[in-house]
This record gives sequence, structure tokens and C-alpha cells, in this order.
Amino acid sequence: MSGSELAIGILVLVSAFLSMAAGIGIVRFPDVLTRLHAGTKPQVLGLATVLLAISIADPHWGVITTAILVLTFQLLTQPMTAHMLGRSAYRTEHLRRDLLIEDVLARDIDTRGIGT
Amino acid sequence: MTFLNWISVAAGIMFGIGALCAVWRIIKGPSILDRALATDVLLAIGMCVLGAEMAINRHTDTLVILLVLAIFAFVGSISIARFMAKQDAS
Repeated sequence: MSGSELAIGILVLVSAFLSMAAGIGIVRFPDVLTRLHAGTKPQVLGLATVLLAISIADPHWGVITTAILVLTFQLLTQPMTAHMLGRSAYRTEHLRRDLLIEDVLARDIDTRGIGT
Repeated sequence: MTFLNWISVAAGIMFGIGALCAVWRIIKGPSILDRALATDVLLAIGMCVLGAEMAINRHTDTLVILLVLAIFAFVGSISIARFMAKQDAS
């Protein structure tokens, strides 16, 4: 067992643990917004650790630049998905208002009249 | 068994639990937004599995698939979220 094998194993295990946590989170949490919180974090950090493991396993410039490109596109697109899902969930009332501590958005929507 | 064999078994079990939970949420999910989110999570787990297999077996054959998925995977969820009508309860 060499040092690079140890690093690859630990990084892959971190990614697998984050995937398991995302799965358990989206089963256990009560509504769309909280499931969004559980589901969107491993999509970035789990993929980042796996790409780092690939870069350690095969350290060439082509592999490293492609890994950086994959991570860049994931970081660009996943927040858009999370934002659109959360916006649509709020506007179609797929949230449990008894779980909210404070609804800051409701006041702005009412005063500006941007529909629900 | 070598060290990476044990790692792949443990990672496979954890990836499997995550993927099964996502499939359960796709089947069960009360609204279509839950299903879109669970599909996204399932896709992310699939990307992580592809990458982990590449890292453990030390090849880079499917790195291009990872790139294409990272570019285009968000279109489905965004279109579901964008064009979901208010009266659509399911």
C-alpha cells in the first residue's frame, strides 16, 4: 500500500460517504427546501474529491485540466438547478411554513407584486 | 485482497445505499420537484461512481462522459422547475 493508494482510498470513501448522506437526507427530511439542502452539497464536494482522486491516480496535464473543467461546469450549473428548484418550490407552495423560522421573501413579494 | 479492493467494496455499499434512497424518493416523492431533485442526486451519485471507478482502476476512459454530464445534466431539472404550473399538485 503506497501513499497514493492511501490518498485515493480516503478520497473515494469521502465521496461515497457524502453520496450516502445525500440519499439518507432526501429520504428523511420533511419538505422540498430541506431536501434541497441535503441533496445539493455532495453534488459538488463529492465530485471534487473524486476528481482529486483521479488526478492523483493519473497525474498528467490532460487529466488534470479536464478534471478542473468538469468541476468548473458542475460549480456553474448545480447552483442554478438548486436556485430554480427552490424558487419553484416556494412559488408553488411546496414548503411547510410551520418549519420556517422567518419568511423574509414573503414581504418583498407582496410589496412588489411579483405574483406568487 | 488489496487495500483498494476493500475501499471499493466499502464505497460500493455506501454508493448503493445513497442511490437506493434516491430511487425511493423518486418513487415516493409527493411532488414533481422532489422527483426532479432526487433524479439530480441520483445523477450526481452516478458521476461519483464513474469517477471512483476511474480512480481505483487507474484509467481515464470515461472522463469525457463526466465532462458531458457536468455540462448538460442541469437542463432537465431546470426545465421541470421553470415550467411547473401552480395548479399542478402532483
